[in-house]
Amino acid sequence: MAIEILMPALSPTMEEGTLAKWLKKEGDAVKSGDVIAEIETDKATMEFEAVDEGIMGKLLVAEGTQGVAVNTPIALLVEEGEDADAAPAPKAEEKPAEAKAPKKDEGAQPGQSAIEEVVTPQPKPRSPDWPEGTKMKTMTVREALREAMAEEMDRDDTVFLMGEEVGEYQGAYKISQGLLERFGPKRVVDTPISEIGFAGIGTGAALAGLRPIVEFMTFNFAMQAIDHIINSAAKTLYMSGGQMGCPIVFRGPNGAAARVGAQHSQDYAAWYAAIPGLKVVMPYSAADAKGLMKQAIRDNNPVIFLENEILYGRSFEVPDLPDFTIPFGKANTVRSGDDVTLVSFGIGVAHALEAAAKLAEEGIEADVIDLRTLRPLDYDAILSSVKRTNRCVTVEEGFPVGAIGNHISAYLMENAFDYLDAPVICCTGKDVPMPYAANLEKHALITPAEIVEAVKKVTYK
Amino acid sequence: MARKPSPQQEAPSNTSKEELLKYYRDMLLIRRFEEKAGQLYGMGLIGGFCHLYIGQEAVVVGLEACAKEGDKRITSYRDHGHMLACGMEARGVMAELTGRQDGYSKGKGGSMHMFSREKHFYGGHGIVAAQVPLGAGLAFADKYLGNDNVTFTYFGDGAANQGQVYETYNMAELWDLPVVFVIENNQYAMGMSVKRSTKSTTFFGRGEAFGIPGEQVDGMDVLAVKAAGEKAVAHCRAGKGPYILEVMTYRYRGHSMSDPAKYRTREEVQKMRDERDPIENIRDMLLTGKHATEEDLKALDKEIKDIVNDSAEFAKDSPEPDLAELWTDIYADELPQGSAEENA
Repeated sequence: MAIEILMPALSPTMEEGTLAKWLKKEGDAVKSGDVIAEIETDKATMEFEAVDEGIMGKLLVAEGTQGVAVNTPIALLVEEGEDADAAPAPKAEEKPAEAKAPKKDEGAQPGQSAIEEVVTPQPKPRSPDWPEGTKMKTMTVREALREAMAEEMDRDDTVFLMGEEVGEYQGAYKISQGLLERFGPKRVVDTPISEIGFAGIGTGAALAGLRPIVEFMTFNFAMQAIDHIINSAAKTLYMSGGQMGCPIVFRGPNGAAARVGAQHSQDYAAWYAAIPGLKVVMPYSAADAKGLMKQAIRDNNPVIFLENEILYGRSFEVPDLPDFTIPFGKANTVRSGDDVTLVSFGIGVAHALEAAAKLAEEGIEADVIDLRTLRPLDYDAILSSVKRTNRCVTVEEGFPVGAIGNHISAYLMENAFDYLDAPVICCTGKDVPMPYAANLEKHALITPAEIVEAVKKVTYK
Repeated sequence: MARKPSPQQEAPSNTSKEELLKYYRDMLLIRRFEEKAGQLYGMGLIGGFCHLYIGQEAVVVGLEACAKEGDKRITSYRDHGHMLACGMEARGVMAELTGRQDGYSKGKGGSMHMFSREKHFYGGHGIVAAQVPLGAGLAFADKYLGNDNVTFTYFGDGAANQGQVYETYNMAELWDLPVVFVIENNQYAMGMSVKRSTKSTTFFGRGEAFGIPGEQVDGMDVLAVKAAGEKAVAHCRAGKGPYILEVMTYRYRGHSMSDPAKYRTREEVQKMRDERDPIENIRDMLLTGKHATEEDLKALDKEIKDIVNDSAEFAKDSPEPDLAELWTDIYADELPQGSAEENA
């Protein structure tokens, strides 16, 4: 009997990939463990090994096909003498969309995480950060971050990137892909696995006036280095009476990825946002990722740049400008409405926009504010929106105790009490370590449905 | 390898009278300054933690003798001596200790957190061993810029048991960073003696696993420190990577001002003071070698005393920082220390 070989999931967040190369032709014998194909994921190009033995009966997806969804049949393995269906293999120029697997039932299958559903709500900024009529290009958050770093490295010789696997490996999440080849090992520095050590060395280099970008493979690992981030980088300017600035960017993925469990799935936004001396950035869109990263590298202070693994592969419109930066402390209203204010940042914005779209179907129009930077925080944007809508729901992935939403809620109580028609509700991740099981993980995270429910509460619907 | 302490009475022939007098003067300044700081602490003019350097003066004075303009230094919270030795003003240091506007950090850093752009002094760090990777980072910057500056990174025997020291050793050697790791082994990490904290008590040898050469030096002998420092600095300047100096020293005072000193005997301290004092040692050398008379040294003592008294008066008279200072220096618009090139 013919065995279907399915497109494998080769990383926790892989939703689709490119079938880069077939290493077996139709008719070739295949042994278990043979590399049969090269598959390019959002993170790397991986060799795909056969599990079963047989003859390569038919290649169902041609070399070079992009956007092949996980679990799509890509080849048929037959037994000796067995005849595979005579239909020819698809051609390489086939459109990516056609290679996609049929839409699966949402959440119906065990083992599937909530984030497998690829929805990338696009922000519609009330006042964009670029001039009207600017030519736009589509790029992923990953490409935007890379382009921002490369542009700043071109612009300023004192900018360099250091971290684990940023060089020869091409970046654990491919953010730094190609940078080693372009800028050389002096400026793209592979470090051993020594977070506190290289965070300290980076900070020391910044105190001497270089502009390091320190990549943490994830911010979970930055806990090993948090002493240098806070005690060495954030406080030295103050402790030196203004003599020693620390122009450094600490960046990397933050928050939950998918199915990686409690130690790899924490949102640190509220932790870092609590520290005077740090600037804290957490973008949602690719345009913001690019403009804010360039700004972060030019800033003369330590900047915590919180990225999100799930957003890395998402595409957005980015202005095609030679020198595009976004100032810190300027929130973006990404959807306009008069009934309620949703305040969020990072991947929370995707959930907030999705909730806002559902609410609109029921006649509730939400103003959605993407904070973009948490320190400095654009209080005025929140205040002016809430004074108009009289209701506020905050959305974030982090833990509920000491959340950014708590701070905003307290701020509104002090500064807009008479404008509020309902208590502020903070939608957050649950007060539990992140579970591994797909169904539990889904419930531990913040969902659009919870936001919809919260909005209905504050609008008394 | 570890050398038995052997107090020298004769100065080596390659050490000039001027040098000897300078070391004597610099060490004496630290001693008298620290004594005065202790007094002011007792009077309530200095608050919080205050860690005195008395007894360890030869370490930093010997190593500063090997430094050239552009070299950087960074140390722990026991930092007053390092600041005076690299040329920072006694007035500014003392005024920082009293928390006044004219202190090096405008009164916002205190004893443990002082810096000087001008003298390339990068602190003053209150977290044990945090200065070790930071120091390697300063050296990283110099190597990146391609100059021949060296960074002196000082830390104690207590810090030597922190994990980040070894992450730093590994990377410093991997990248050939021009950093001299100076372990000031005063034999007590607060109250924990070296023998009670580790079975591997020869700290200079701990770099061997990473390929970093190291040696132990008599830290009560400023000339021995200087000789070892020159070797270490030459190694770094030649682009051969880091070097470890374990400098055997002793602090006469407690870990901080609130140290009950139950972990060692008075006799132990007294014996060290009587037999090994680095300042007495060089004083003998000056007199025996007829480089100076008792009168000369008395005059020098007075000069130092005047500087220290002046710094104390200055530190008392300097106003407390303006309340507006609470809200300054949290973020920098311009890079205060200038770019790496300007800073090198």
